[in-house]
Amino acid sequence: MSRTLKFNIFRFNPEDPNSVPHTDTFTLEETPSLTLFIALNKIREEQDPSLIFDFACRMAICGSCGMIINGRPGLACKTLTSELPTEITLMPLPVFKLVGDLSVDTGTWFRETNTKIESWIHNDQDFDAQAIEERMENDLANAIFELERCIECGCCVASCGTANMRPDFVGAFALNRIARFIMDPRDQRTNSEYFEVVGNDQGVFGCMGLLACEDVCPREIPLQDQLGILRRKMAFQGLKNLFKPKVTGRERRF
Amino acid sequence: MEHETFYTDLLCVGAGLAGERVAIEAAAAGFDAILLSLVPARRSHSCAAEGGMQAALGNCAMGEGDSPDVHFADTVKGSDWGCDQECARIFADTAPIAVREAAHWGMPWNRVVAGKAKYWKGGEEFEAEEKKEKHGLITARAFGGTAKWRTCYTADGTGHTLLYTLDNKITSLGVHVHDRVEAISLIHDGENCMGCVARDLKTGKLRVYLAKATLIATGGYGRLYSETTNTVINEGGGHIIALDTGLVPFGNPEAVQFHPTGVVPTNILVTEGCRGDGGTLLDVDEKRFMDKYEPAKAELASRDVVSRWMMYHIAQGKGVPSPYGDHLWLDIRHLGEKHITTKLREVYDLCRHFLGVNPITQLIPVRPAQHYSMGGVRTNSDGAAYGLKGLFSAGESSCWDMHGFNRLGGNSLAETIVAGRHVGIKVAEFLKGAEVTFKTELATQALAADAERIERLVRGADGNENVYAIKDAMQQVMMDKVGIFRNGDDLQAAVDTLREIYAKALKIGLKSNGIGANPELALALKMPGMVRLAICVAYGAQMRTESRGCHARDDYPARNDRDWLNRTLAYWTDLEADLPELKYEPSTQVMYLPPGDRGYGKTEIIPMDAPKED
Ligand SMILES: Cc1cc2nc3c(=O)[nH]c(=O)nc-3n(C[C@H](O)[C@H](O)[C@H](O)COP(=O)(O)OP(=O)(O)OC[C@H]3O[C@@H](n4cnc5c(N)ncnc54)[C@H](O)[C@@H]3O)c2cc1C
Ligand code: SF4
Ligand code: SF4
Ligand code: FES
Repeated sequence: MSRTLKFNIFRFNPEDPNSVPHTDTFTLEETPSLTLFIALNKIREEQDPSLIFDFACRMAICGSCGMIINGRPGLACKTLTSELPTEITLMPLPVFKLVGDLSVDTGTWFRETNTKIESWIHNDQDFDAQAIEERMENDLANAIFELERCIECGCCVASCGTANMRPDFVGAFALNRIARFIMDPRDQRTNSEYFEVVGNDQGVFGCMGLLACEDVCPREIPLQDQLGILRRKMAFQGLKNLFKPKVTGRERRF
Repeated sequence: MEHETFYTDLLCVGAGLAGERVAIEAAAAGFDAILLSLVPARRSHSCAAEGGMQAALGNCAMGEGDSPDVHFADTVKGSDWGCDQECARIFADTAPIAVREAAHWGMPWNRVVAGKAKYWKGGEEFEAEEKKEKHGLITARAFGGTAKWRTCYTADGTGHTLLYTLDNKITSLGVHVHDRVEAISLIHDGENCMGCVARDLKTGKLRVYLAKATLIATGGYGRLYSETTNTVINEGGGHIIALDTGLVPFGNPEAVQFHPTGVVPTNILVTEGCRGDGGTLLDVDEKRFMDKYEPAKAELASRDVVSRWMMYHIAQGKGVPSPYGDHLWLDIRHLGEKHITTKLREVYDLCRHFLGVNPITQLIPVRPAQHYSMGGVRTNSDGAAYGLKGLFSAGESSCWDMHGFNRLGGNSLAETIVAGRHVGIKVAEFLKGAEVTFKTELATQALAADAERIERLVRGADGNENVYAIKDAMQQVMMDKVGIFRNGDDLQAAVDTLREIYAKALKIGLKSNGIGANPELALALKMPGMVRLAICVAYGAQMRTESRGCHARDDYPARNDRDWLNRTLAYWTDLEADLPELKYEPSTQVMYLPPGDRGYGKTEIIPMDAPKED
C-alpha cells in the first residue's frame, strides 16, 4: 500500500559562490497522514542537512511555509502527500526575494507594502485609560475579523499575473487589508485618502481580475468581493477627484 | 571580521506580542527601538493563540460581578501559590486597561449582543440574558480555573488579530524590525548588558547590536520536548543567551505546563475555548469522566489538573487505542454547526485539514501535550533581569512570575500586553536615566568568540556528532521522564542521560558547509544551550520534592508549603560544569492571599506552619 514518493526540489544558495540553480531529487516512503512539513524535515534530518525551507506554526496559521507545490502556490504544512501524485515538485514562491532553496523573504515584502498602504488605524484621539471602551456591533467585529484572517503567506501575490510583472503592485492581500480599514469606524481616513494609497495601477487598477488570488488563498478569504467593492469605490472616488477643486497637498496629483 | 553594527536605545530580542508591546512604550516615549525575530514578526508564536485573553471587564452576563480582585484570586490559586503576588496584582489591575487600549488600536474584539443567548456547559444547554446597557461592549467566554467568564476573544483568532494590531502600531511608530536575525550571545561586562551578537539568518553573516537596554522576549522553550503544541522556533534562544552569562538565573525551570487538548498525532492545539464553550471530554466508552474526578469544575478545572486526570483515566484502561498510543475524545458536536464554524472556526479548519475529522459530526482525538513555559529569565516586578543592569525580560520568556506553577488559560496573551505595557514604562524610565558608554572591545571579543564557535562547527574541530540526533535524544528524554507525572528515579535517570547528551552536544560537527542561511548551523549554535536548559528543567524538578501545579511528583504527592513555598533559581555559573547551581528565594515578598485550597484538584497540603518531622 505504501507509496514511494519522489521529491524534486529547487536548490540554490545565493550566498554560496559555487551554487547554481538546479533540482535535487529525494525519495521517501510515505507514512499515514504525512504532510510536506514532516516530509521536508525528514529529508533535511536524514538526507541533506543543508536544505533551506521555512516553517513555524506547522498548523496553517502563521503563513511561513508558502511554496509552489506541483505548480500551484500553497501552504506546505497544510498539504498532505496523500493529496498529491508520487512525484512532487517543490519550488520557492516567485515575486519575493530568494533566501535559499524553498525559502523566500516575505517579511521584508509585507512590511514594505504594509508601510506603503499605511496599514494601521488612523485616529487622532488619545487613548483614555479611565474610560470604558467604545461600543461596536458584534456583527461588525466579526466582519472585520473575516478580512483580518489573512496570514500574509504570499500565495495570492505569487499567483498574480500583475504582481509577477510589476514589482510595485501591492497585490490582493493589500487591497483586502485596505477593505478591512474602510470597514472599521475607528479608522478616520476618508475615501479620498484611501484613494491616495490604492487608487492607482499599483493598487486596484492594476488588477486584471482573473481570480487566481482567491483560488489559492489558503484562508479562503473572499478576495474577489473585496477587489470588486474597492474597485467601484475607488473608480467613483477617481471621478469625484476629477471634478473637485484641487486643494489639499495630498490630492494635488489628480 | 566582516560584520555590521547597529546602535539603538532599546533592543528587543523577540518580536512577538511581548516584545512589540514593550517597544511601543519605548517608542512612544521618544526612544528608538530595534526588534529582532527569527521569523517575520507576524509569524511569531503569538499568532497561533486562539482562545483569548483574560481581563475582568465583567460585561457579559456570565461575567457579571467580576473585578480585578476576583481575577487576582483566580490567578494566585491557578499558580498553586507559586506566583509572585505583587506581579499578579499589577497584572489583574492593568488587564482591563490593556485590553481596551488594544481595542483603541484596532483590535476587533467580539462584543456583547443584548438579549437572550444560548450557552453550553458540561454538555448541557442553558440560557442567559445579556443586558441592554452592555450591548456593544467587549464580551468574554469561559476558560479553565476562572470564577467568572473573563476571557476576551476575537472568534478563535485572538493571538493573530492582536499581533497584527500591535505590529500595525509598531509600523506606524517607525519601529524597526530586523526579521530573520537570531541573537546568539549577550554582550556584557559582568555588570551591564550592552546588546548582543546576532546571526543574519538570510545571509549567515554576524552582526553586533549595541543598546542601552536589552529586552528578552523570545517566548517559551517548548521544543525541549518531543510532543508540544509550540511553534518550531520556540527553542529557548533567549533563555540560553541569558543563562550563558553565568549571572542571570533561570527561574522555576521545572514549571512546564501540559495542555489537555493537543490533537493526536500532530500535537496541534485545539483551544481551551472548546471546553470553555461547553465541549466535553469522553473516554473509550464515549462517557464523560471529568465530572466524576472534579465534580465542581469538571472539564473547566485548571490545565494541570485536567491533564493529570486524563493521563490517570488512560492509565485506568479507559483510553482509546490508536497506532499513536492511547488517547481520549473531545466532543464539541452539541455546540452545533453555526457555533463551530464561527466561534471555533480555526478548530473546524484544523480538524478537517490535519485530521480529516469534521468536528460538527465527529469526535476529536486528544491527549495532553507540552504547551507553556512558566519558568524563564528571572526578573523583578519592573521586568528587570536579576544579575545584569540594562537587561529586561517580558512575556513567556520571563519569570516575572505571575503564573507560578500553573498558568491559567487566557492569562498568557494577557500577560504579554499587560506586563509588556508595565515593563515598557519601566524600560522607558530606565532609558531616561541611562548613561551608557559602549565598550567596543567587549563587542569585538564577543563577536570573535562567536565567529570562532562557527568556524569550529564548520571545520568539525570538536567532533562530528550529528546535531539532529542530539536534539531527538534530548526531546525524548524530556518527554519520557520529565513529563506530566514525575518521580525521583525517572528524574535522576533524566539528569544522567542529559549529561551524557550534553557531552555529545559539545562535539557537534556540521555535515553541510554552513554557508548562508544554513539551517544546520543555526541549530548547532544553540544545541548545547538547549541541552543546558533541559538539564535545568530536569534537575530543578528532581530537587523539588513536592507537588505543586504542573509539577506532580508521584513520590511526593503533597503540596509542601512548609519547605517549598519558593522559587528555583538555576545559575550556570561554571561553564565547565554540566549541572547548574540551584538557589531558592521565597515565591512572593508580599502575601495578599495566604496559601489555601484551590477549590479543584484534590491535593494534600503540608501547611506553612506545619512542624518539621524528624
Ligand atoms: C497553539 C497555542 C495556543 C495558545 N492560545 C492561547 C490563548 O488562547 N490564550 C493565552 O493566553 N495564551 C495562549 N497561548 C500562549 C501564548 O500564545 C504565548 O504564551 C504568547 O503568545 C507568548 O508571547 P511572547 O511575545 O512572549 O513570545 P512569542 O510570540 O513566542 O515571540 C517570541 C519572539 O522571539 C523571537 N525569538 C526567539 N528566539 C530568538 C533569538 N534567539 N533571537 C531573535 N529572536 C528570537 C521569535 O522570532 C518571536 O518573534 C497559546 C499558545 C499556543 C502554543
Ligand atoms: S490573502 Fe490569502 S493568499 Fe493572500 S497573503 Fe493573505 S492568506 Fe495568503
Ligand atoms: S484578480 Fe487581481 S490581484 Fe488577483 S491574481 Fe488576478 S490580477 Fe492579481
Ligand atoms: S508553518 Fe505556519 S502556515 Fe505553515
